[in-house]
Amino acid sequence: MSWETVIGLEVHVQLDTRSKLFSGSSTTFGAPPNSQAGVYDLAMPGTLPVLNEEALHMAVKFGLAVDAEIGRRSVFDRKNYFYPDLPKGYQVSQLQFPTVGRGSLQITLDDGSTRTIGITRAHIEEDAGKSLHEDFQGFSGIDLNRAGTALLEIVSEPELRSAREAVAYLKKLHSIIRYLGISDGNMAQGSMRCDANVSVRKLGASAFGTRTEIKNINSFRFVEKAILHEAQRQIDLIEDGGRVIQETRLYDADRDETRSMRSKEVANDYRYFPEPDLLPVVIDEAYIEAVRAELPELPDAKRARFVSQYGLSEYDAGVLASSRAMADFFEDVVRICGDAKLSANWVTGDLQALLNKGDLEIEQSPVSAQRLGALIGRIKDQTISSKIAKTVFEAMLGNEHSVDEIIESQGLKQVTDSGAIEKLVDEVIAANPDQVAQYRAGKDKVFAFFIGQAMKASRGKANPEQLNALLLSKLKG
Amino acid sequence: MTRRTVAELSRSLDRGEFSSLELTQDYLTRIRAHNAQYNAYITVTEELALAQATAADARRARGEHGPLTGIPLAHKDIFCMQDVLTTCGSKMLANFVAPYNATVVERFNAAGAVTLGKTNMDEFAMGSSNETSFFGPVRNPWDPERVPGGSSGGSAAAVAADLCAMATGTDTGGSIRQPAAFCGITGFKPSYGRISRWGMIAFASSLDQAGPICKSAEDAALMMNVMAGPDPRDSTCVETPAPDYMATLNDSLQGLRIGVPKQHLAKGLGAEVEAALQAALKVFESLGATVKEVELPNNHLSVSAYYVIAPAEASANLSRFDGVRYGYRCANPANLEDMYKRTRSEGFGSEVKRRIMVGTYALSAGYYDAYYIKAQQIRRLIKQDFDKAFQDVDVIIGPTTPHTAFKVGEKNDDPVTMYLEDIYTIGVNLAGLPGISIPAGSAVAPNGRSLPIGIQLVGNNFAEARVLNIAHQFQQHTDWHLQQPEV
Repeated sequence: MSWETVIGLEVHVQLDTRSKLFSGSSTTFGAPPNSQAGVYDLAMPGTLPVLNEEALHMAVKFGLAVDAEIGRRSVFDRKNYFYPDLPKGYQVSQLQFPTVGRGSLQITLDDGSTRTIGITRAHIEEDAGKSLHEDFQGFSGIDLNRAGTALLEIVSEPELRSAREAVAYLKKLHSIIRYLGISDGNMAQGSMRCDANVSVRKLGASAFGTRTEIKNINSFRFVEKAILHEAQRQIDLIEDGGRVIQETRLYDADRDETRSMRSKEVANDYRYFPEPDLLPVVIDEAYIEAVRAELPELPDAKRARFVSQYGLSEYDAGVLASSRAMADFFEDVVRICGDAKLSANWVTGDLQALLNKGDLEIEQSPVSAQRLGALIGRIKDQTISSKIAKTVFEAMLGNEHSVDEIIESQGLKQVTDSGAIEKLVDEVIAANPDQVAQYRAGKDKVFAFFIGQAMKASRGKANPEQLNALLLSKLKG
Repeated sequence: MTRRTVAELSRSLDRGEFSSLELTQDYLTRIRAHNAQYNAYITVTEELALAQATAADARRARGEHGPLTGIPLAHKDIFCMQDVLTTCGSKMLANFVAPYNATVVERFNAAGAVTLGKTNMDEFAMGSSNETSFFGPVRNPWDPERVPGGSSGGSAAAVAADLCAMATGTDTGGSIRQPAAFCGITGFKPSYGRISRWGMIAFASSLDQAGPICKSAEDAALMMNVMAGPDPRDSTCVETPAPDYMATLNDSLQGLRIGVPKQHLAKGLGAEVEAALQAALKVFESLGATVKEVELPNNHLSVSAYYVIAPAEASANLSRFDGVRYGYRCANPANLEDMYKRTRSEGFGSEVKRRIMVGTYALSAGYYDAYYIKAQQIRRLIKQDFDKAFQDVDVIIGPTTPHTAFKVGEKNDDPVTMYLEDIYTIGVNLAGLPGISIPAGSAVAPNGRSLPIGIQLVGNNFAEARVLNIAHQFQQHTDWHLQQPEV
């Protein structure tokens, strides 16, 4: 029997505001416990929230980037529950009137096809603190540094049909929020967190199966694994005559399985009601247009432009456009060297390999766009060959010497003087009479030997085309 | 004995008749002598008061003073005051030393006022008699067998017994106006949003408003000039700058249109209160005002709507008192749930628990529409009633309370009867309007004590200056506000 998996994602994105959503406390990651919790974050009696306008701005930016309706009047609500890392005993969130309404985004699948995935809504809310269960001998420690940090919760429609689609959606979201500069999207540090609603149904069925929610999955890989595992668990259960129960489950990466959380968590009545300490947020057309004007070129548009403007393949364009920093780097290189194709090859090839090796982001590249552009420029004007360029590239690491200085000082300049090349060719022919005889007897393969010898003699610097032509004519002669 | 108003004390300080230090010492002496009888103060900040008085005298000497510089005041114990015990009348916060100042406290400090201490109140401002305080009931200075009203009963008693020159209060359903009426003093609740709520411990956020408790409308204007104004720390505080409330106090009442709500003169209003109201209306007419009847047809629903909305908000506002970060925590909790349950069961008094339960119920799945949403609809109707009335009149005048102060313990067993005593004040909070209670008569208790009667003047939204002007003109032609109980 064939099964279809139905997935909807709830993604919490920590907005990169300097201060918290409703207080002036700093949001820097990794400070000593409770050093970034002010009187409001500690829920001291009498304290009141003041909305961080930057968070609102970022939410609207996101909404516009996914073609969403912007709530003209969004309302904050209190979501009530008791937990020690929730200092007020309620979380300020948005229930009925979120800042971002219906929108959509496009995902590209491995076979190059695209799908549009609906976004139900995205609402602004505050993060909770952290409970620390180690090191306190029978007690729990509470760290409220994170409490009150601005989150945007982005809820998708249940339109994803496989774990891979879910990952593609998540990566696309990641790419968009990074493009917009509203979050670093770092899943390991928790600045992007994913809950997955998963159900299965027989292929062709129109009704949804009973779903489970997998909480707090913290990497792209785990999202894929958790969904695969959960879908299979549900299929096995149903095929064995069982029934899926609606519940919240946790993904255990060490065991690669999901397991049930206490069912009590599901039965919570949050008693939402409008937060009386905050006024409704009214957003007018002028505000929306001002934010729209600030929007950067987004990944889809950039990829399309890279294809049409630079003649790149869809694949290369997609890779380069997946990150704004990568795309900017690429375009800087093109601007300097004037050759998009070579630039794309170098950025996605040698440079990417170098970054991968050092586990570096493009922003941390040991070779600047200026220097890489200069290097490619020297390939283009035939000062060096593509092969020598790799040597120069290696030589550029760990210093700030210019490309030309390196070529000069290491004597790597390509030999294009035909007299000098002819001399080389003559020497090689004179030194290898046996091979000359073999070639002339019809053994064409030996030609490569002569090229190799001549290149070696030139220390790789001979212009390959010139060398090729001269050798051919001399050997024939 | 005649009252010492802030305005007079300020003039005396200006003339050098005595120093702020002498005045402060006099008040501290009075507190030492009489507070045990009335239980008006929870905390007396003697050291701070003496230091502030000395600083105020220095300021006056330098000529850098305002009218309130050196005037001794008391804060309701709902206002956070840095490094001072801030209990909100609760066991839950009996050990809570606030780490910051409320905006109201900050502004009085900046004005150079002298803080004598923190006054008793109903626990978390939930009560109309000051009997729900963890620190014991406050006694009415006019008759210590009787309640001073609540929840700002400590502030009202302290002003009435002259244990301070002026005091702050807060009013969610009448908590400034009702005790002012019971204690024969002036209590003003400005429009919602006129005074910052930052640092004022929340009971019902959409209704809570701070205001002056003092001896005259003129004193209220002096206090409003310090308290009112925008505050970026409170999003619900209006951004419009506050006017100078002193500037219009002496405007004429000629042509003033007074509305008297028909519904306020109906069944339930005590005869003595009604007589005092009618006499007061005659005074206004003699000053050039006209009086007509107005309708507040939905006022009878106000108490019901209030007892859904206020507890609903309170149920969330009081969730933070969980024993985790500050305040009371039960002894030896077995686990988290045990800590929550026992901390909150032991730390809150019965009235607070009653309201948390009512509010939690009203917000629960399946009941939200029937209670919370319905109550909000009533709230809108009540506001519309006032809007309509203010198309024809400039001010609405009626009784503050149906009766004079009741006896301690008299209404403890019947919360609903007690709630209904706030029938004239609650609608004003639901509509967010400014309302002042001023003394306008007195009744005689069976034991021969005289008991003050208050009338309430309600203005249109942000018409604080007009309300104070009307109250002041009344007080220029009457002396009820100057009468003082024998202490």
